[in-house]
Amino acid sequence: MKSLAELAAIREKMKDKVVLREGSGEIRVVVGMATCGIAAGARPVLNAFVEGVSNAGLAEKVTVSQTGCIGVCQYEPVVEIFEADKEKVTYIKMTPEKAAEVIEKHLKGGKVISEYTISNAIS
Amino acid sequence: MIRSHVLICGGTGCTSSGSKVLISTFESEIEKNGLADEVKVVQTGCFGLCALGPVVIIYPEGTFYSRVQESDVAEIVSEHLLKGRLVDRLVYKDADESVIEEAGKTISLNDTNFYKTQKRVALRNCGLIDPEDINEYIAMDGYAALGKVLTEMTPEDVVKVVKDSGLRGRGGGGFPTGLKWSFTAANAADQKYVVCNADEGDPGAFMDRSVLEGDPHCLIEAMAICGYATGATEGYVYVRAEYPIAVKRLQLAIDQAREYGLLGKNIFDSGFDFDLFIRLGAGAFVCGEETALMTSIEGNRGEPRPRPPYPAVKGLFGKPTTENNVETFANIPQIILKGAEWFASMGTEKSKGTKVFALGGKIENTGLVEIPMGTTLREIIYDIGGGIPNGKKFKAAQTGGPSGGCIPVSLIDTPIDYDNLTAIGCMMGSGGLIVMDEDNCMVDIAKFFLDFTVDESCGKCAPCRIGTKRMMEILEKITDGNGTLEDIDKLEELAYYIKENSLCGLGQTAPNPVLATLKFFREEYIAHVVDKKCPAGVCKKLLNYVIEADKCKGCTLCARKCPVGAINGTVKNPHTIDTAKCIKCGACMDSCKFGAIIKA
Repeated sequence: MKSLAELAAIREKMKDKVVLREGSGEIRVVVGMATCGIAAGARPVLNAFVEGVSNAGLAEKVTVSQTGCIGVCQYEPVVEIFEADKEKVTYIKMTPEKAAEVIEKHLKGGKVISEYTISNAIS
Repeated sequence: MIRSHVLICGGTGCTSSGSKVLISTFESEIEKNGLADEVKVVQTGCFGLCALGPVVIIYPEGTFYSRVQESDVAEIVSEHLLKGRLVDRLVYKDADESVIEEAGKTISLNDTNFYKTQKRVALRNCGLIDPEDINEYIAMDGYAALGKVLTEMTPEDVVKVVKDSGLRGRGGGGFPTGLKWSFTAANAADQKYVVCNADEGDPGAFMDRSVLEGDPHCLIEAMAICGYATGATEGYVYVRAEYPIAVKRLQLAIDQAREYGLLGKNIFDSGFDFDLFIRLGAGAFVCGEETALMTSIEGNRGEPRPRPPYPAVKGLFGKPTTENNVETFANIPQIILKGAEWFASMGTEKSKGTKVFALGGKIENTGLVEIPMGTTLREIIYDIGGGIPNGKKFKAAQTGGPSGGCIPVSLIDTPIDYDNLTAIGCMMGSGGLIVMDEDNCMVDIAKFFLDFTVDESCGKCAPCRIGTKRMMEILEKITDGNGTLEDIDKLEELAYYIKENSLCGLGQTAPNPVLATLKFFREEYIAHVVDKKCPAGVCKKLLNYVIEADKCKGCTLCARKCPVGAINGTVKNPHTIDTAKCIKCGACMDSCKFGAIIKA
């Protein structure tokens, strides 16, 4: 080890790999992964979020996790986004493509894509 | 792309409750479910809640599974990792069964009563990183403090920061660490040394082992910083051979640090050289004393020598030496990175920072806790420790092991720091905290600890070698029911004599358990001596088992259980115990379904 820069490079490279364990970030993305969710294609959606969040450099801010049945099986894959002091946003019938869009517009830009949300489907 | 980490405790506690096989089982189940690219299994150091091991934590949720068996693994993988459903029966819940569960967020480790009042500085990486991977330590800002020290600070700056932080020695004495460093720094010599005392000898204390097992690089970094600050280029870690996992991981960490150039020549291109070596101790308690420890490293029989000269002047191999305990060192990198003010903001006026305690004895949550100085004993025992099992009443807590004393229930609200403990006749010690309930006899406890020091006395000086043995004989006389009131006076007199005249810390503190129990529980000694009774029903020679005739149904179970045939009686008639034959094993009392057998 000859310089601080060398050390910092290792730290940057490794940070993404351990950030997962730092507890919840400001934003939590929760993918419903019950049997209905998996059957409807939740796995690729989950993976798209994990990869997309990391690639977008949001890993420290956003935690991607999974949960069981959310209760609206006809709308699976369902993804819920929790943010402190904000109302929960529920996206339905998600795909990896839509996930990429949510990362770009919602997680990065802070703008909810209302056409994908459950409130849009019900109203 | 990895989305989830399964952390499995690989500390000594969980390893002995079977965590090793969990690692391979998790790996094969994850493979079987096609999750190998998404889920990573990590072996870590101790999480602290050893009573509930083996412990498994799954991130990012932070779900805390306790007492996980090999047969549970398939379910956790298919339910939690695949389908996102908790395996509820294995999730750790607080004593009041409250699961903190909001929508989409499962109970996290940090929300449990056990963890939420803790403040982890020395243990910050234990249970969070893989101790066998230097890269994970670096990811958690590891070696950044060493980098900062070598590139931006002078040795004087470093000593000043440590002084200003108010850090005091965590091995027991509580000597200001910065001051100690400044003494060695002030002595010019061709060679100086840094020594780490990892000869954790107190029965019941295991925080140093946990740091070595869970975060070994932290110690290496801190010792290198100390070397720079004091002008030493070589360090020794004296660790007991009874800690095989700790020794293995520390050696691995030293090898990795050398490979990365974080030990060796010209670290960070600063011109500073430092290297580190392990020396194994054979487990003699006296080798935890600093001069005996250095004598042992030098290859001689582990015996203390008179001070002065202090190690800062003439230490290891006759050269100026700084010696600190593992936990003390574990605080250093954080102090350098976050500053003296940050550290000094925690704790009490004269005791800064946090302290790790090993909770043991009559307590629900046996394990390791790190709390800010000044936390009361009540908070440790009831909030974090989960209280006393079986609804028993708290009687006292022993701090400092065989060198310390007990804190009685009347002082349970004392804020714990160095000076408060000294004021009540205890000492911080290395942080073993043994909880005792109403079933413990305090004379017996004093005897237990004294028995330990009698065994461990190295024999070099007479007050300790002969004195502790004589004290032990008086205690035995008392617990056998042959003591007199004069014996109690003689015991006390002898205790003070040994304290004042012993050569090293072992002898100087050996009488403390006796003195503390005499101070707070004198009535128990008097009960043994005058009434010939052991109030807690522990001292066998002073108690008899009797059968209460009106409660006995004559079921004959006790008579069949008695190993010496001391119980007489016929079916459906009250039985009696022949006290002459009875060996007081208590088997009859445990077997009686009607509560008819009592201690009298």
